[in-house]
Amino acid sequence: MSKRLLSLGSFLFILAIVVGALGAPTARAQDDLSGQLEIFSWWSGDEGPALEALIALFNEQHPNVELINATVAGGSGVNARAVLKTRMEGGEPPDSFQVHAGQELIGTWVVADRMEDLSFLYEEQGWYDVFPEGLIDLLSTEDGIWSVPVNIHRSNVMWYNPAKVEEWGIEVPTTWDEFLAVCPTLQDAGVTPLAIGEAWTVNHLWESVALGTLGAEGWNGIWSGETDLAGEDFLKVWDTFGKVLACSNFGDDNASLSWQQAIDRVVDGSAAFNVMGDWAAGYMSTTLGLVPGEGFGYVPSPGTAGTFLMLSDSFGLPVGAPNRDNAIAWLTLLGSKEGQDAFNPLKGSIPARIDGDVTNPDLYNAYLQSAAADWAVDTIVGSLVHGAAANENFNGNFSSVIDLFTASGDPSAASAAFVELCSTSGACGG
Amino acid sequence: MYNRKDKTIAFLMILPSLILLGIFVYFFIAQTAWYSVSDWGVNPATALKKGVEKNYVGLDNYHTLISSASDYEFRISFVNTFFFTIFFLAACLILGFFLAFLLDQRIKGEAVFRTIFLFPMSLSFIVTGTIWNWLLKPKGGLNILPEKLFGLDPLKFKWLNSETKVFKFEWMQGGNLFYLGVALFAFALFTYTAQKRHLSWFWIALVGVGLWLISSAGFWNKIWLPIDNPKLDIGTYTGYGYNAALSGVIIAATWQMAGYVMALFLAGIRGISEELREAARVDGCSEWQVYLHIILPQLRPIALSAIIILGHISLKIFDLVYAMAGIDNREVKVPGILMLKGFRSNEWARSSAVAMVMLFAISLVIIPYLWSNLRTEKS
Repeated sequence: MSKRLLSLGSFLFILAIVVGALGAPTARAQDDLSGQLEIFSWWSGDEGPALEALIALFNEQHPNVELINATVAGGSGVNARAVLKTRMEGGEPPDSFQVHAGQELIGTWVVADRMEDLSFLYEEQGWYDVFPEGLIDLLSTEDGIWSVPVNIHRSNVMWYNPAKVEEWGIEVPTTWDEFLAVCPTLQDAGVTPLAIGEAWTVNHLWESVALGTLGAEGWNGIWSGETDLAGEDFLKVWDTFGKVLACSNFGDDNASLSWQQAIDRVVDGSAAFNVMGDWAAGYMSTTLGLVPGEGFGYVPSPGTAGTFLMLSDSFGLPVGAPNRDNAIAWLTLLGSKEGQDAFNPLKGSIPARIDGDVTNPDLYNAYLQSAAADWAVDTIVGSLVHGAAANENFNGNFSSVIDLFTASGDPSAASAAFVELCSTSGACGG
Repeated sequence: MYNRKDKTIAFLMILPSLILLGIFVYFFIAQTAWYSVSDWGVNPATALKKGVEKNYVGLDNYHTLISSASDYEFRISFVNTFFFTIFFLAACLILGFFLAFLLDQRIKGEAVFRTIFLFPMSLSFIVTGTIWNWLLKPKGGLNILPEKLFGLDPLKFKWLNSETKVFKFEWMQGGNLFYLGVALFAFALFTYTAQKRHLSWFWIALVGVGLWLISSAGFWNKIWLPIDNPKLDIGTYTGYGYNAALSGVIIAATWQMAGYVMALFLAGIRGISEELREAARVDGCSEWQVYLHIILPQLRPIALSAIIILGHISLKIFDLVYAMAGIDNREVKVPGILMLKGFRSNEWARSSAVAMVMLFAISLVIIPYLWSNLRTEKS
């Protein structure tokens, strides 16, 4: 009898474990969600498989929901954003849409009262503890948190070819002054010290120079209005930027190069360094088949060690989403460890969560592992060029400030134009 | 000849297209005009919220385009359009006439050559732009042609990102040019109306009233404030002029359209009766004089049509420049590019103002043409 009871008890115990282990997914699988879910993004082509992985996960969890994947192709979402605006204006918002985390969302849709506050979801899912504080600050205003970050890319990385750097007998510079010191040596050797591509990569370089010169606090101060934009330090940013450009292929043939072609020059040794976001790691390891750390080297761009200039793709919940419950289920998946570890290895980025499976070499290569290690400890600041730090108006017109500087070479004129843009766009606090 | 019924039927027949035109052309032009004097887009908090708020701001947007430091881009593109139109037109007319002249020599295989010259026109500007973009790369195409063919040093010319400028002027002097233009226009109008006495007093009165309105309403300061207040243009960007990088675009556009002009001219030349030429030759004209004194004068109406057609293409050119130089090229930009940029930065009011300026420029070309056409048709 007691034996029987024991076996029954152990059976029940095992059952409990099995149910417990399966508990979470099964509980979700038998959810009562149905109907449709339309997600709007610009992920296609190379980035398509990563999105597909997320969609597959979602379908598994919510088999009764028909997921509509509305993609508008086009680099960094220029076309998608235009279509989104038309849809929102026409009163037909998608259930959830992709947007660069930070001011690109806040400065456009949050100020227009078109987004729902997601604080409740953050509390419910315990996300306050798993996303770094610096990131949550970038996603929030006083009134709430506005999107769920899926991935993290780093903007301030300088790439080089380790074998070549050894051959030239130089040290990888850690400040812009060191870079400018090594510049003539490289030029004498017939090497372009810094490779730059088309217009937006010049802006991309600027944000690394500004961050390296002003530091994290000074950089954040630009957007809160605390950094003196007529001050010595800010003029020095332009001054340094001008000198750095003089050490590059700027104005020579940069305008005809894509960012990949600029990287190619570093790989083949005709240029020494390149500052580009860490999607470059994906290009070099996947497309070019180089081993991180051996085929290509990486350091934080000069003067920015200990700071993580980040950009992130995120999804938000527009007011009036036709299938709100399904959209919340989608957002829950995006923020989950499972979702992030499914998406990021394919996208070539790191999870926004600090508890991602980032030490697993099957998922994340050496570069991504080092980026994830930095992500957990570094000071986090938002990228300007990629939508985190400033609103769309500022961002869209920023290239004209850069153009003004490169045409005139005058730091104070550039600062003045920067200030004017600050005031017309309202991007710099105040 | 016409009875009532005919007229009604005729009216009903054109009614659908009238309605469509009314909505999709004139209504939207009116709407753009309204946006261009509103503040739509400056502040996303009002521009994008449900039930958009737009406020009337007068000519502020135009004023910004002309005088603000951050909008030097518009002024570059305006100046670029001006130079582009002049050089593109000149190149097309000269080359087109030259090709027509060659084909008129009754050579063998004329039809083949005619087709070859006309073919580029069948491409869209986007395709032309992409091909020429490849050809004009700093280290490719045309620049390495001498090297490949003759083993010479490759050219170093920066077809699309040169910073060399000629015909440079300060934007402030543009004011004087503008006055000059207005004076010339008024003079042309005056001489024209002087020929038709019954109209002249009406026009002179109209211009007078217009000028009086402009000056009395303080309107002028709104339109051209920098003349009174040059400091407003804090931008040290003074490099207005013809940028050498525009040459690449002009070459590509000419490559595409010269064949078309050739076809126009050739048709015109063939339309001139052989007797006329014979008569001239009998009178002792050299072949050169036949072209100069007999054929060219006869081609005037065709040249005018060509100018109008090419002129309105060049004033609203966008796709070619977009494909060749991209959105963010510092020097090679035209107003159409700025409108696209406006969507990137939520500046619909400003984009509308740019659109209205373009519309105005194009109507300066088109309206007199249509007007004179209508008059000749009537008489």
